[in-house]
Amino acid sequence: MFSLLTEQLSLWVIPIILLLVPIVGYFRRVKVYEAFVEGASEGFHTAIRIMPFLVAMMVAINIFRLSGAMDVWVDGLKPILEFYGVPAELVPLAIMRPLSGTGALGITTEILNTHGPDSMLGRIASTVLGSTDTTFYILTVYFGAIGITKPRYSVFVGLLGDLIGFVGSIYICTKLFN
Amino acid sequence: MINLIWLFLMVTGILYAGWQGRIEVVTQGAISAAEGAVGLSFKLIGVMCLWLGVMKIAELAGIIRFFSKILSPLICFLFPSVPKNHPAMGAIIMVLSANMLGLGNAVTPLGIKAMQELQSINKEKEKASDAMCTLLALCTAGFTLVPATIIAIRSAAGSINPTEIVGATLIVSLGATMSVIIADRLCRMYYQIRMRR
Repeated sequence: MFSLLTEQLSLWVIPIILLLVPIVGYFRRVKVYEAFVEGASEGFHTAIRIMPFLVAMMVAINIFRLSGAMDVWVDGLKPILEFYGVPAELVPLAIMRPLSGTGALGITTEILNTHGPDSMLGRIASTVLGSTDTTFYILTVYFGAIGITKPRYSVFVGLLGDLIGFVGSIYICTKLFN
Repeated sequence: MINLIWLFLMVTGILYAGWQGRIEVVTQGAISAAEGAVGLSFKLIGVMCLWLGVMKIAELAGIIRFFSKILSPLICFLFPSVPKNHPAMGAIIMVLSANMLGLGNAVTPLGIKAMQELQSINKEKEKASDAMCTLLALCTAGFTLVPATIIAIRSAAGSINPTEIVGATLIVSLGATMSVIIADRLCRMYYQIRMRR
């Protein structure tokens, strides 16, 4: 029941927004087509401005991943994190989550397929993915679009959020599903 | 900090690849990532245009003003540096709601829009303002009511109950969001004290 509801909700939200906004606009005497085009014309310029920031960040992350340096960190952190009760299978996800959205999705899918989506590991991995976001992507794109090169403490705060999301997922899932 | 992280990723990656005798991976990885970044930017153009267009209609129709009136106490509390009735307020509400509803690719255009509004009241254009840091913190904590992607991959993996994690994600992301708000406040205070000296 709940599953069906959320599925339908995520299916309908965007069409409903695309339907309601122009209708309300029309009745409030907005020239809807002209307004849309006016707004959309900013899109191209903004997307192009992000490009150098994305190139810089994605190149560094890709080199870090493909060279195997990331795996070294994962292997090094495993014994430390296992000591604190973190399952070893989840360590790659913890490192990947803030760096790459598609990478984290890939790792989660793998955990779900090997351990099963209804296993404890599967549940924790799903919760981690659902309650955190790709910090470096958001930072790069949002600040890149307006030309911010000094993000101050926001990198630290963003990564702290990811850490709390990761630790919190393990804690809540073991409490909730036992 | 961002400079150090970037340098760290580059240097450890390249040195390790060299040490392992797989230095060719670096060149391939760098070039494919650079090309991928351009591809991603081009993909963004379409959704940027779409959502900025819809936003413009909503703005002219007064829909955004309506929502910012209702939610202004909350936004004023979170973003004390944003003047009341400034367009940034509406833009912030839009990106936070899109985030909550899990609108996926709509979030990025709206987030950028909100950042642009905040940039118009930023004094140092290269440095992130207090309000920008708060907004970024809220976005990276990613509070979502319906994590649609996870539900989808869970049912694809054959889960008996794909949505059973929704309760857990709500609790965790709410907790993470609140911690991030507190951490952001503390950092802001720390910076203000340091600036005065």
